[in-house]
Amino acid sequence: MLSYIGRRVLQAIPLLIGVSVIGFGLMHLAPGGPLAVYTLNPTITAQDIERIKIIFGLDQPVHVQYLKWATGMFTGNWGYTFFGGRPVLWVIVERLPATMLLMGSALSIAILLGITVGMIGAVRRYSVWDYLATSGALVALSFPTFWFGLMAIFVFAVDLRWLPSGGMYELGEEGNVVDLLRHLILPTLVLALVITATYSRYARSSFLEVLHQDYMRTARAKGLRPRERLFRHAFPNAVKPLIALLGTDLPVLFSGALVTESIFGWPGMGRLFVDALTMKEYPILMGMIMFTAFFVILGNLLADIAIALLDPRVRLA
Amino acid sequence: MSAAARRQSLLGRFTRHRPALLGAVAVVLLCLAALFAPALAPHDPVELDTSVRFFAPLTHSAFPLGTDELGRDTLSRLLYGGQISLTVGVVAMATTVLTGALVGLVSGYYGGWVGTLLMRFVDMMLCFPQVFLLLVVAAFVTPTLISISLIIGLTSWMEVARIIRAEILHLKEQDFVQAARALGAGGVRIMTRELLPNIMAPLLVAATLKVAAAVLLESYISYLGYGVQPPLASWGNMLTNAQGYFDSESWLAIFPGVMITITVMSFNFLGDGLRDALDPRLRMEP
Repeated sequence: MLSYIGRRVLQAIPLLIGVSVIGFGLMHLAPGGPLAVYTLNPTITAQDIERIKIIFGLDQPVHVQYLKWATGMFTGNWGYTFFGGRPVLWVIVERLPATMLLMGSALSIAILLGITVGMIGAVRRYSVWDYLATSGALVALSFPTFWFGLMAIFVFAVDLRWLPSGGMYELGEEGNVVDLLRHLILPTLVLALVITATYSRYARSSFLEVLHQDYMRTARAKGLRPRERLFRHAFPNAVKPLIALLGTDLPVLFSGALVTESIFGWPGMGRLFVDALTMKEYPILMGMIMFTAFFVILGNLLADIAIALLDPRVRLA
Repeated sequence: MSAAARRQSLLGRFTRHRPALLGAVAVVLLCLAALFAPALAPHDPVELDTSVRFFAPLTHSAFPLGTDELGRDTLSRLLYGGQISLTVGVVAMATTVLTGALVGLVSGYYGGWVGTLLMRFVDMMLCFPQVFLLLVVAAFVTPTLISISLIIGLTSWMEVARIIRAEILHLKEQDFVQAARALGAGGVRIMTRELLPNIMAPLLVAATLKVAAAVLLESYISYLGYGVQPPLASWGNMLTNAQGYFDSESWLAIFPGVMITITVMSFNFLGDGLRDALDPRLRMEP
């Protein structure tokens, strides 16, 4: 088991290096280079920009710059924001709890609901339920998240006035858990919708595959009741591939969170990204891209390890 | 089974799939509406007239779907917005499918270090959340129809490459490819003449689903302000506009959203139906 984990971690290292090269290249793709924001400021002269270039080491050859930047990345020195000069890593980490709360609650709902719907669809294949669930999932996947969010705000916040339309707390209510939950409901549902649809589709095909296996027929021949067959025999094997998807779907989740957060004014990482984009805060943008990429690699690693723990065939292969 | 009978059963399977058929009809109608937008639109989509601001839908015969904050006709803007969405969808899909098929073919057929290197690059690209990449690159370049389409296409080809590679790895061991090689056919000839025709089915499915994804992504980036720029109408930027008049003129937000949903849904259902009709594994079932 340990050697399997070790192998997986070693495989993640070249991936990490590759990702950092792409990230670095992207920053240099920016028109006017990483200092473009300064050219917009009329009080900064060309000589000033030359000086700033030397301070940031931008006059050095590209590979030297990359090495400096990459070591900074790995040692926690992610540079400073253009406006305010705060450490980038800190600015990003500050937003982490809000995003984790939103993604965590949406993901929990989506996994529970998605697996249930997919399981029912697979067991009662070609029934009205199955038909409704599969078409419903495809319809949900076709909704533009932001439009669904806008409609949810319109119905529940503007028209019915049941829930707040955005933000995380009412003014002066910071730290109030009830207030936080009220603000959490709409963004969570909007983000959960698409993930639920994805998971129900995966779960359906995964259960279908397992239900037709020989050992399921054996379990039936032994005279086990349907409920026992489904939950004790089919469930563990059908859910395993879904764990891997949890890892590979992380980027999709981050993308969804970005859109959801920007509609609901949720003060998380996605919102930070959109704000940084309008202010041309390249250090934050690059930090965010690298941060999410690290997270995705870590998520895939953890998913692989979890599957190996559950399935001896994987770790012995 | 003769080729004709096989084609008939393919068509039969597809037409039995009601949602797919509906999707196909909707796709045709949407394409026609976009194509003939200049003839169908009652007004110029960018024509301003402040005397006709905020007409509600179905209240004025000259503006069947009402007008926006600058007195522009919603119906005309929806039609022209459809042109933009579908153009971006198709160009982005072409980019995605071409890049994905090329990478998948080359890495699957040649294997070795070229194949490994290409697939590692795919792994790396898949580590980035697509919307993040899209927005950063979109913010760097001047947004035009072509640049937006290319950006979407170049950030979404990775899954196609994986699918095609898996198909090729399976196909290249089969007898007809071995036979072609034994007859002295070169790599390029085998890839284009032997392998490519055999991956048309998964490519077609991927292409259809990628149009849906691209339309959705274009609306995201236009909504966030980095896509199609006003005064040009796009369903995404119409929604951004509508958000400002949400309390009083909520209908403005309904139509563009409905259009995006219908378009994306039609392509998704069409692609899903095509997959059911073309997938040989599903064909084995009763």
